Amino acid sequence: MSYEWHDAATWSEALALLERHADDATVVAGSTAFTLLYRQGLIRPGHVVALRRISDAARIDADAHGGLSIGAMATHSAVASSERVRRSWPELADAVSTVATIRVRNQATLGGSVAHADPASDAPVMLAALAAQAVVVSGSGATKRRVPVDEIFVDTFTTSLAPTELIHSIEVPARPAGARAVYRKFTLRSVDDYATVSVGALADLGGGTVNALRVFLGGVGPTPMRARSVERALIGGPADGRRFAEAAALARDEVDPIDDARGSADYKREMARVWTERALRSLVEIS
Amino acid sequence: MSDHTIRFRLNGEEREVRVPATARLIDLVRDICGLTGTKEGCSVGVCGACSVLVDGELLSGCLVPALFVDGASVTTVEGIATGTLTPLQEAFITEGGFQCGICTPGQIVAATALLCAHPRPTDDLISEWMMGNLCRCTGYHGIVRAIKKAARA
Repeated sequence: MSYEWHDAATWSEALALLERHADDATVVAGSTAFTLLYRQGLIRPGHVVALRRISDAARIDADAHGGLSIGAMATHSAVASSERVRRSWPELADAVSTVATIRVRNQATLGGSVAHADPASDAPVMLAALAAQAVVVSGSGATKRRVPVDEIFVDTFTTSLAPTELIHSIEVPARPAGARAVYRKFTLRSVDDYATVSVGALADLGGGTVNALRVFLGGVGPTPMRARSVERALIGGPADGRRFAEAAALARDEVDPIDDARGSADYKREMARVWTERALRSLVEIS
Repeated sequence: MSDHTIRFRLNGEEREVRVPATARLIDLVRDICGLTGTKEGCSVGVCGACSVLVDGELLSGCLVPALFVDGASVTTVEGIATGTLTPLQEAFITEGGFQCGICTPGQIVAATALLCAHPRPTDDLISEWMMGNLCRCTGYHGIVRAIKKAARA
């Protein structure tokens, strides 16, 4: 058993290959997930479409609206060490720095992490919290649409993207004045593990009021889970620790964890509460 | 099924080889090029025994497709010393930076990458860089001492 390997030189070439082999092709970005899935016999594609030869696919740039445009092929290490990312969203750089080890971060890409849709991955949770959008290309490569990152994830390892679409880049909105963000990750055994639970949050706490809040949790459901009840309970009221503790309890019922090596479902619900509260409190501590 | 011809530098030497698309970098260096210093431990990118440098970047030989190194420069543990052992390798000996030795090639490659990026690493940086290189003999103190000694050299 083997596959035909194609190194696409351009987005349009990659898309044409996907059109031709749609049902029998796998897209490879950094290949961390692909190598593992293939060797475990979980996927058996006839064709592999590799994106690594596409020029500028790893560029990290400013977008037209003052936000970040991160090429899908940018590695986690590149995102973590990017001056541009560190200037506007250091919390995103911190979040991707929690992924596994340096070796994995040197190989795994941001676009691959989103497309792979592993609910315990770090980048998707933080990108969702920051209201990032994926720029998705199809057809000849000229057709582009923007999809909020949190709308890409529909189930474990399953996205809303068509087999003939590719993530071209990720756009993170310009940092609003006074924005506070945080990513907290809890690992049970070793720090290079996947999260038992992780929390990404973005808030505007101007004037001591929760004016805006987005909270997403990783590792505790089939996708990054948005804690809408936590957001609703807090938005419009004062930003104080007691309210955060009460609201964080709502996270228990917003998540849908499974029993596995990283904890029982009950334990993960409790950790969702604990780490949501810690994340919210640390938003206040950030000056 | 596809085989491909790739050209790359292995420890400074130009190579041109045929590789199947399914080959990993560790298959390329061990089985195709015959350099068996790089060890395969967990096969899932966790243990660090297969650590290699590709264009100076630390990677897992078991996760990287061999085709990825077409045009690149690969350094394995065999390419770290040039004639004589490096101060880091000497320090692994004098500080007892290994016990059974199976993880040592990966430790040496990872620590070499660390000292290249951070010639005077803090304790935190040493932990951050080396935490992915497991030593089942748990000889971590000797490894950290060796890195610190090499950094002072």
